[in-house]
Amino acid sequence: MTPHPATPTHQDATGWPHIRTVGVDGLLVSFGDRLTEPANRAALALRAAIEAEGWDGVEECSTSLVSAYVMFDPLGISHSDLQTHLRHLLDSRDWYNADLPQGRRLWRIPTVYGTDLAPQLSEAAQAAGMSEAEAIASISGTRVRVQTIGFAPGQPYLGELDAAWDIPRQKTLTDRVPEGALTVAIRQLVLFSVSTPTGWRHIGQTAFRLFRPEADTPFVLRPGDEVEFQQTTPEKLAVMRQDGPDGGATSEKIT
Amino acid sequence: MTRALIVHRAGPGVTLQDQGRPGYLGFGLSRGGAADRLALAEGAALLGQGDDLAVIEMAGLGGEFEAGSDMRIALTGAPMRASIAGTRIAWNASHALPQGARLSIGGAEQGSYGYLHIGGGVDVAAQLGARGAHLAAGVGHAVRAGDDLPLGEDPKPGEVGQGITPLARFDGGTVRVVPSLQTDFFGPDQIAGFEATDFHRDTRGSRMGVRLIAEAADPLHSDAGLSVLSEVVVPGDIQITGDGTPFVLLSECQTTGGYPRICSVLPCDLPIVAQAQPGATLRFAFVALQDAVEAERRAAAHRAGLRDGLWPLVRDPHDIADLLSYQLIGGVTAGTELDQEKAQT
Repeated sequence: MTPHPATPTHQDATGWPHIRTVGVDGLLVSFGDRLTEPANRAALALRAAIEAEGWDGVEECSTSLVSAYVMFDPLGISHSDLQTHLRHLLDSRDWYNADLPQGRRLWRIPTVYGTDLAPQLSEAAQAAGMSEAEAIASISGTRVRVQTIGFAPGQPYLGELDAAWDIPRQKTLTDRVPEGALTVAIRQLVLFSVSTPTGWRHIGQTAFRLFRPEADTPFVLRPGDEVEFQQTTPEKLAVMRQDGPDGGATSEKIT
Repeated sequence: MTRALIVHRAGPGVTLQDQGRPGYLGFGLSRGGAADRLALAEGAALLGQGDDLAVIEMAGLGGEFEAGSDMRIALTGAPMRASIAGTRIAWNASHALPQGARLSIGGAEQGSYGYLHIGGGVDVAAQLGARGAHLAAGVGHAVRAGDDLPLGEDPKPGEVGQGITPLARFDGGTVRVVPSLQTDFFGPDQIAGFEATDFHRDTRGSRMGVRLIAEAADPLHSDAGLSVLSEVVVPGDIQITGDGTPFVLLSECQTTGGYPRICSVLPCDLPIVAQAQPGATLRFAFVALQDAVEAERRAAAHRAGLRDGLWPLVRDPHDIADLLSYQLIGGVTAGTELDQEKAQT
C-alpha cells in the first residue's frame, strides 16, 4: 500500500507554519524548513503557549530548531481536535516576532581546537574553505545562541555560524566522540553531552558537563542562552577539568 | 528486616527498568523505560500489582539471584531458561521464591529482552522521577553481582502459580508503520521497495535502536535528507543513515536527529522489533493513521484485560515430577508442561 503522506493541514500564503504528524501520537508545528532566527523564536514561544494552555490529553511538549512538538494520547484527544486547538492558537498572534525566553545567560566555555583531542578540525576547515587558523578565529569569534536542546540530555544546538560553515554532515558516522566534544555542520555547532556516534565533525573539546543528573539543576543550558567557545590549550583544559563540572566556563545574565 | 533480592551474577545487559521518565523531552532526555512495555503489563498482571513498578530487564542473558526473604516473582518477555534450586520453572508465569532459594536465569531461547518481576517491585531511589536506568543518558547503572536490590511492599503475598499467554512477538514478523513527518523525502518507488523487503535484525542493536540488514535490496537514500535540519525523533521512527542502513529507534533513542525517517512503527508493534533476535526477519506494512489509532485502542484494551486471562499452572499430580518440590515451591512444573505451554503460545 502506498502511504498517505503526513500532509500539512494548516498553512498561510507562504506555506508556513504547517502541522505534520509524528508517529501515532504526536503533532509537529513547523515555522520553516530552514533555520531562521524568527522561526526559532516562534517555535520556542509556541511551545511555552501550548504548555500554558494545558489541554487535556497533551502529555509533553518540546521544541526542535524551528518546530514545536506536542505528544498526546490519541485515545484521550483526537488528532483533529488537537489540530483545531493548535490552529486557533497559531491564528492568535504573530509568532515570528515573539520575545526570546526570559532569564537568558551568556556562557564562555574554554575550548581546545584541533590537536588529538579534536581530530577533525583540519578536515572541517578544508570543507569550509579555510585554514585551521581561520577556522578557529571564525568559530571562537562568533557568539552563538542555543537554538534548541535535543538529541541527548542537556545537549545544545547552537548558531548561526558564517555561511562558509554550511557543510553537510558526514555520510559515515564517527564511531564515538567524547562528552564535551564541539562539533560542526550546516552552520551550527553541537556540544555533546554524552559520548556517542555522530555524523558531525569533531573540531573542539571542552570539559563542560551539560547534564548533571545528581545536581539540583540537572540541565545547565537553556534555549536562548548565548555561548562563546574561547580557545584554550590542552594543558589548561586538563587543569580546568579537575576544577569541577563547569570545566572553566563562566556565565552572566544577559540584560 | 529489609526485603531484598541478592544478585550473585548478572549478564552485561541487565538493568532496572520501568515506564521511563516522561517530562524531559524538552531537555533532550528521552523517556526511556522497558524495551518491551507489554512485558511490564504482563508481569504486573501475573503479580496483581501496578505496571509502574521497577523490574529487572535482561538483554539476552539473565543471571543468578537469591531471595533475601520470601518473595514472589514473575517472568515475562523473551523466554529464558530459568530454574529455582535447580528445578526448571515455567516462563510467562508467577512463582514463589522462598528465602534463601536461588533463581538462575540463562540465555534467551527466543527474543531479546526477558523480564524478572518481583512482588512489590524493586524500590531503589528514583532519579528524575523514575527508577529505571537510562544508560545512554548516564542515568542509573547496570545491575551487577553484589547488588542487594531493595523491594517494595508486596500487595498480594502468596498469590503465585499463575500463567499468562503472551502475544507472539519473539521471532520477528510484520510490523505496522505509519507515514511520519519525513516520509515524503522518499519517493514512491523507495516506499514500495521498503515494504517489499525482508529485513533481518543485525547483531548490532541496543536499547537505543536496532540496525536492519536488507538482502540484495537497493539501498534507501534521500538526497534531501542529508542536509535537512535536525528534527524531533520518537521511539519507533525508522531512520535511514547516509549509507542507506535503516535503524528502528527504541525507548532510549535520541530526542532529535538529522537523519531522515521513512516511517514510524506503531507503539503497540514496537515490542516485535525490540524482541526480534539477531537474524530474525522483519517486514514493514504502512497503515493509515486512523487504523493505527484503532490498533492502539485494541492494544490498550488487551493490556487492561490481561489479569482476566491468567490461568493456573498445571496442578495434576501425575504431571508433577517432584511433588515435594512442587509443594515447597508453588508453581514449579516439569519439562513436559513447558512443552505444552509452548504449543499453546
